[in-house]
Amino acid sequence: MIGELFASGEWLPFAFAFLIGLSMLLYAILDGYDLGVGLLSRFARGPERDRMIGSIGPFWDANETWLVLGVGLLLVAFPKAHGDILTHLYLPVAVMILGLIFRGVSFDFRKKVPAEQQDRWNRAFFWGSLVVAVSQGYMVGRFMTGFQEGAASQVFAVFFGALVTAGYVLMGACWLVLKTEDALQRRAVGWARIALWSMVAGAILSSAAAPFVATRIYDRMFAFPEITLLLAMPLASITLTLIMHFLLGALPLPGDRLAWMPLSLSVLIFVLGFVGLVYSFYPYIIPGRLRIVEAAASPDSLRIILWGAAVVMPVLAGYTALAYRIFAGKAHDLSYD
Amino acid sequence: MDPFILSRIQFAANITFHILFPTITIALGWLLLFFKLRFQVTRDERWMDLYFFFTKIFALSFSLGVVSGVTMSFQFGTNWPGFMNTVGNIAGPLLAYEVLTAFFLEATFLGVMLFGFRRVKPWMHTGATVLVAAGTTLSAFWILALNSWMHTPAGFKMVDGVAHAVDWQAIIFNPSMPYRLVHTLLASGLTVAFLAAGLLAYRRLKGDRSPAVSSGLRCALTLGAVLIPLQIIAGDLHGVNTREYQPQKLAAMDALWETQRGAPLTLFALPDMEARTNHHAIEIPKLGSLIITRDPDGEVRGLNEFKGEHPPVAPVFWSFRVMVGTGMAMLAAAWTGAWWLWRRGTLPDWFLRGLVAMTFSGWVATVAGWYVTEIGRQPWLVQGVLKARDAVAAVPGEHVGLTLVAYLVVYAVLLTAFVASLFYLARKESARLAVREASS
Ligand code: HDD
Ligand code: HEM
Ligand code: HEM
Repeated sequence: MIGELFASGEWLPFAFAFLIGLSMLLYAILDGYDLGVGLLSRFARGPERDRMIGSIGPFWDANETWLVLGVGLLLVAFPKAHGDILTHLYLPVAVMILGLIFRGVSFDFRKKVPAEQQDRWNRAFFWGSLVVAVSQGYMVGRFMTGFQEGAASQVFAVFFGALVTAGYVLMGACWLVLKTEDALQRRAVGWARIALWSMVAGAILSSAAAPFVATRIYDRMFAFPEITLLLAMPLASITLTLIMHFLLGALPLPGDRLAWMPLSLSVLIFVLGFVGLVYSFYPYIIPGRLRIVEAAASPDSLRIILWGAAVVMPVLAGYTALAYRIFAGKAHDLSYD
Repeated sequence: MDPFILSRIQFAANITFHILFPTITIALGWLLLFFKLRFQVTRDERWMDLYFFFTKIFALSFSLGVVSGVTMSFQFGTNWPGFMNTVGNIAGPLLAYEVLTAFFLEATFLGVMLFGFRRVKPWMHTGATVLVAAGTTLSAFWILALNSWMHTPAGFKMVDGVAHAVDWQAIIFNPSMPYRLVHTLLASGLTVAFLAAGLLAYRRLKGDRSPAVSSGLRCALTLGAVLIPLQIIAGDLHGVNTREYQPQKLAAMDALWETQRGAPLTLFALPDMEARTNHHAIEIPKLGSLIITRDPDGEVRGLNEFKGEHPPVAPVFWSFRVMVGTGMAMLAAAWTGAWWLWRRGTLPDWFLRGLVAMTFSGWVATVAGWYVTEIGRQPWLVQGVLKARDAVAAVPGEHVGLTLVAYLVVYAVLLTAFVASLFYLARKESARLAVREASS
């Protein structure tokens, strides 16, 4: 039975759905924190800003590559879904791309142009990050309703955009708590608290709007026996949020103890949210429109990619860990020499 | 306006913008490695000065390459869904392998290469530089395998209108792939040679007499002088390959309407698609046949054999002449410059100004070359398998028009900023070296 399943390749679409989900989650966490830092950079003063941007400088490029991988795998494994999603989201995708462009190039331009032009690129850095965060959240919101038309689903998507933005800011602030010291670290703790409660507000608004748009999500959440399982998730999130709140109240501690904890907690909250989200539309690849099995490409090509991924992923994990080790510790201003 | 035409223009605009930056980074990575190794052998400060100066340019080019590459990766889905639906089983794995083996490698080690100089051991920093350079080259390998497959598809079978892979080796090393890879890598080398020569000549003209500038100029011009003949040979072989697999493209490059023996080489002409003839043609008899078939009386097939199935003639014809013309200018400049430097050790000011004017000549030739290749494939998207018109997305024309305008505006801004920054960085570096000179 299991042998048959493997030989027929019917499991492949699910393996790919998993890989795509994983890439997207990793993307949201990794680029999430550096987009968050980008958003916070507007509220920092000169040398502080350099330090903040220095803390993400060596990482952002690799972080963004997870998006390329996720979208690429979707393109490869589920060409129908990819075409359907991206043609529906044509304009928001374009907006996000423009944001990504400005965010990415500002990193380099801001320090390579005459002094009087630098602030222009600092602003581009902030606005780019903002546009990316909001449009990504908005697109997830549109996606969750299966691209339903109508004002209610638009409102829902906008709330979701705010929620994701707050989540990114939270992770960015927690990253700064880990990577900075002294006054800047204290300010980062303050930012994290504001972001935490903005995120809670965004979550409440989106949850309140959800039943009006995506009946699937609603049905799923209130069906027995899922409800017992699903209740565990919000409960866990609420607990984590409260722990985070009290922890932030106490930080920074002498000897920089627990500075790593807010980031870990915020990532955990993000993971929980993501799992809940995926659960709400599984086994669909586009909620209410297309199932995972209906959308898959030819098994032969998928197998080839999976082999490659199986070999490459551990290596990739290895050198990513190496890069984080090399740049471990408190961030300093960036320089090439 | 027709969304099909708009989608084509948009794709062309995006990839034209993208290719500018990989063309720089592919070869510049290796040049940086060369500077670094020279320093490790000689311990001469000038190599480190060159290394740090060009690292800044590398970083800037790289970030523009990445953001425009991310744009590219969305383009397939937003504008050409039919491409993946038909040949996704071939294109998919090639693109996936590019991301997995190349993008992550370069993106991760770029951080170490740029900011790790004081944080890791020297061998590790050199190692990171090697991996970044290898990553960009690997990424060119995969994407060119895919692109070449679109021109000379091999190793697949069609089942119910969808391509299925049969032989991966034949797919990757398809008939035009080795030619395209070699020619494109050489193009990158030449682009960097002239970029470096132009910026260093600019610094010299601004009064920078540091040893870094002299040695850098010597390297850049020698590199150019070595690569350009190789590029001309590679281009010639590429053309012979094109004659075999895409004769209609070759006929368009030569604006040759009738199949004939002893075909001329057309230096100038205004090709007329309506009348199917050339106006004001200036021709050298028999040279066309000689170049393409190695025989003055060899037969070359003309466009009239491919009515309705051949590309628009004028853009292909003219792009080809721009590329070859630029190549000839490069030959003249690199050989004259290298000869002068090795013989006399200096370059006259007018020549330095010429080099500054040629700073971006590599871009011109590269983009023109790609236009020959890509427009020459029309109306096909995958030669003989899929027409571009059958792959376009059902997105409303206004949406495509809107995003096209947005992209064009952004590209104009970024291109201006990029070029201005390069020359600004050049002035700043000269000033920095002058201060260091004065204080020592
Ligand atoms: C610095 C850049 C550069 C220079 C100086 C040249 N080329 Fe080139 N050429 C390219 C950069 C390039 C390119 C951008 O890299 C292309 C586009 C696709 C490809 O494989 O290479 C190209 C394509 C291309 C093609 C089209 C192949 C096809 O699609 O079927 C031909 C026939 C040539 N080249 C021939 C030449 C010749 C005879 C040259 C002699 C001067 C020459 N190129 C100089
Ligand atoms: C190596 C990777 C490349 C791939 C996979 C690729 C693929 C494509 C695709 C899918 C299209 C759109 C369909 C069509 O109109 O035919 C296209 C068209 C085009 N590409 Fe490429 N391309 C590549 C490289 C390039 C580069 C580097 C350039 C230019 C600098 C370029 C210039 C163009 C142009 C001008 C068109 C429009 C042709 C027309 O519609 O008349 N391409 N290519
Ligand atoms: C349709 C065609 C193309 C797509 C979809 C594409 C996609 C991408 C993407 C997503 C990146 C960013 C990778 C990162 O995050 O680090 C990138 C960068 C790169 N691309 Fe492309 N690309 C295309 C055409 C080309 C062509 C024609 C070449 C060269 C021959 C090329 C060579 C590179 C290189 C060397 C990089 C490394 C980054 C850099 O140096 O800028 N690509 N590309």
